[in-house]
Amino acid sequence: MISIIDYGAGNMRSVERALNILNIEFRLISEARDLDLTQSRGFILPGVGAAADTMAALEKKGLTDPIRDLVVSGRPFLGVCMGLQVLYESSEEDGGTDCLGIFPGIIRRFSDGLHVPHMGWNQVVTAKPTRLLEGIPSGSNFYFVHSYYACKSGITAATTDYGIEFESVLTQENVYATQFHPEKSGKLGLQIYSNFASICGIAHSDE
Amino acid sequence: MLTKRIIPCLDVKNGRNVRGTRFSADRDAGDPVELAAYYNSSGADELVFYDITASAEHRDIMQSLMKEVADQIFIPLTVGGGIRNTEDMYSMLRSGADKVSINTAALENPDLISSGARRFGSQCIVLSIDAKRRVDGSSGWEVWTHGGRKNTGRDAIDWAVQGVNLGAGEIVMNSIDGDGTLDGYDLDQLQAVSRMVDVPVIASGGAGNLAHLSDALDSGAHAVLAASIFHYSKYSIEEAKLYLRDRGNEVRMDYI
Repeated sequence: MISIIDYGAGNMRSVERALNILNIEFRLISEARDLDLTQSRGFILPGVGAAADTMAALEKKGLTDPIRDLVVSGRPFLGVCMGLQVLYESSEEDGGTDCLGIFPGIIRRFSDGLHVPHMGWNQVVTAKPTRLLEGIPSGSNFYFVHSYYACKSGITAATTDYGIEFESVLTQENVYATQFHPEKSGKLGLQIYSNFASICGIAHSDE
Repeated sequence: MLTKRIIPCLDVKNGRNVRGTRFSADRDAGDPVELAAYYNSSGADELVFYDITASAEHRDIMQSLMKEVADQIFIPLTVGGGIRNTEDMYSMLRSGADKVSINTAALENPDLISSGARRFGSQCIVLSIDAKRRVDGSSGWEVWTHGGRKNTGRDAIDWAVQGVNLGAGEIVMNSIDGDGTLDGYDLDQLQAVSRMVDVPVIASGGAGNLAHLSDALDSGAHAVLAASIFHYSKYSIEEAKLYLRDRGNEVRMDYI
């Protein structure tokens, strides 16, 4: 079973719907004590909105340290959209927000000359092989909605160009994250959840 | 590079019927869920559902429709019609809509834009503007309401700018002059708006052929909303995308 970390993220229902249609068994967890490794083969951290709100919601539920522990545990972990950004040290959003600090780096705002938020379908270009993108051709289109981005680095598995080339997929050992919304990216988006279920060793129907 | 979006618009009546659709005989055109599934699999980049009955009792029906669609269709969904306050927005978003489109209610109460944007984020709030060339023949456009029957006297471009300043994340420019005529979008209007706002502008009203779609994108629109040319199966979305791609537009083709 996969556990979705439920702290009030706006896209949680869409993530649930995607797992439902793929027949992936999941449960919602909102308490630190439920983040136990015996019950879950993998974890998903959804997220939309502002970094400060997200961090505040995670802190209020006492989830920040348990999430850090999860990542160290080696269990497959998938962050989606804001769930990617909060893995970094901090974000420029809301005048500077401390994040989970699992990876070094600062989340930046797109420069003023661009239409912000970056909203719509854009190409995701593979930078290094990862099981998360198995069966998905480099250059495929995914749906994005965000105003801030992670810079390209050694953990970047795919990039997207929006005036600047930013990180659209991250992979580091057991940790995976996408800046785009797979749950809103049609068939190829469902393929991402299907791949994540395979990484977790969970049976599901194919997309 | 961001792709240009093609967004079919489904006018929903009584929650179960789609107005003005005349599909091939083997398809149940009346059912919005089936039509949505068809558009989804044939390349639509988003879908807009517009409740043309837009009364309080129909809101529940629209909610259950959004739920049903969202369970099956994994592209962004926008719902409009009859949304009067942030609670209406919340119930639609919770039912599976990703964005809400507001029009008359925002004119009557501009704070609705800012309160919606604060609560749900600008990316959720679409401001739809029904605009018509000034009746006195001077240049510019005025905002109309009540399906194009009532002139508010407001300048449409000013209203778009104000809407974005209040927090609207997208502007739909619906040309009343063009609506249903199939003579093409109002290109001057699209140019004027897209020069003045820094959020995506969506062209609506008037598309009759594929060149019209291309003209709108050349005039600064980021997306084209269309009903007639797709509902009547005059063109498939794939045909539209291939046409736009041939004219140098980046479009999403990998949807199968």
